[in-house]
Amino acid sequence: MKPRHKKLAVITAGVAALGFAAVLVLNAFQSNLVFFFSPTQVIAKEAPIGKNFRIGGLVEEGSVNRGEGTTVKFAITDTSETIQIVYTGILPDLFREGKGVVAQGKLDDNGTFVADEVLAKHDENYMPPEAALALEEAAKAQKASLTQ
Amino acid sequence: MAINWYKYASPASFYTLAGKMVPFFAIIAFGLLIAGLYIGFFVAPTDFQQGEAYRIIFIHVPAAWMSMFLYVVMAFWAGIGLAFNTRLSSMMATAIAPTGALFTFLALWTGSLWGKPMWGTWWVWDARLTSELILLFLYIGFMSLQAAIDDPRRADKAGAIIALVGVINIPIIYFSVQWWNTLHQGASVSVTQAPTMAATMLTGMMVMVFASWMYSIAVILKRVRVIILERESHTTWVAELREKGAL
Repeated sequence: MKPRHKKLAVITAGVAALGFAAVLVLNAFQSNLVFFFSPTQVIAKEAPIGKNFRIGGLVEEGSVNRGEGTTVKFAITDTSETIQIVYTGILPDLFREGKGVVAQGKLDDNGTFVADEVLAKHDENYMPPEAALALEEAAKAQKASLTQ
Repeated sequence: MAINWYKYASPASFYTLAGKMVPFFAIIAFGLLIAGLYIGFFVAPTDFQQGEAYRIIFIHVPAAWMSMFLYVVMAFWAGIGLAFNTRLSSMMATAIAPTGALFTFLALWTGSLWGKPMWGTWWVWDARLTSELILLFLYIGFMSLQAAIDDPRRADKAGAIIALVGVINIPIIYFSVQWWNTLHQGASVSVTQAPTMAATMLTGMMVMVFASWMYSIAVILKRVRVIILERESHTTWVAELREKGAL
């Protein structure tokens, strides 16, 4: 191999590596940069209705309804809009009312979202349980003093 | 007293200096690692949401930070080497790459182990995870490109271009959780806001971060010494070392 051929091969390899990275980036941009849509976006038909997509929000308090087997019905909300979800399968440990989830699936004709995967999305707060309890009680006390 | 910094830009004098520094950083790294792991596993409290599983943060976050930081340092030295044709800077860049790749792999691996119990999945193609995976490919691309070129000076130049182009990925990784909807949560520790972690947890994590810094410095200096010897093996100072039996 002549030196200039070698150089050419090297440049090609470099360009190929960069191209591969760029393709991955673009691919992520296209379908996954918006990892999930909010209920408001779904109601406004900004989500790809009719195709599989992901929806994210908080599990509405008191909405979780365990049906037969492992079928669960619940609602997720972004505090302005709410979408009903039906899911058959095992929920992640962190699935709780009032906490974040991301569900993947499709809207059916009645506007219910039929999920085939539910992932828990936790926040960036880390603290011991006692601290969490104290915060909760402080919030309750504040609420009580506001309503008086 | 003015220190003649240019003296240490010569591989021969830097070889000696780095040799003196390695044990110092290695000992500190070891001490901090023991302290950090102790705080992380025995002192830090259980988390209110995630129980004990959150403790993987003590390895995951330092690894992820180092993976990004080392890339910037690598690109910096590679760029200096490209611009000013200084041999030692390019050798530094080459020495940083494997450690950076190791931390990137650790961040992805521990993240996956953490994602399964908490999120319910080993992997998702969200912006944070995807951009971190691209970082791993950039490190591997840099190393394989340099390994594919026989002439070290040309390998330096080619690697520098990859390293510099790839820098664009670093802000993408860092801000991905703010710019787009991701499954990965936002930052618990940032420059502009108070940390959203209990104090002991934060202490343990920061000690582990410093341990990773010290480890990286020690290992990179050790590696750069080997690269210096390899590339300078034809010179008289290396020959003298060999005669003295110091190699």
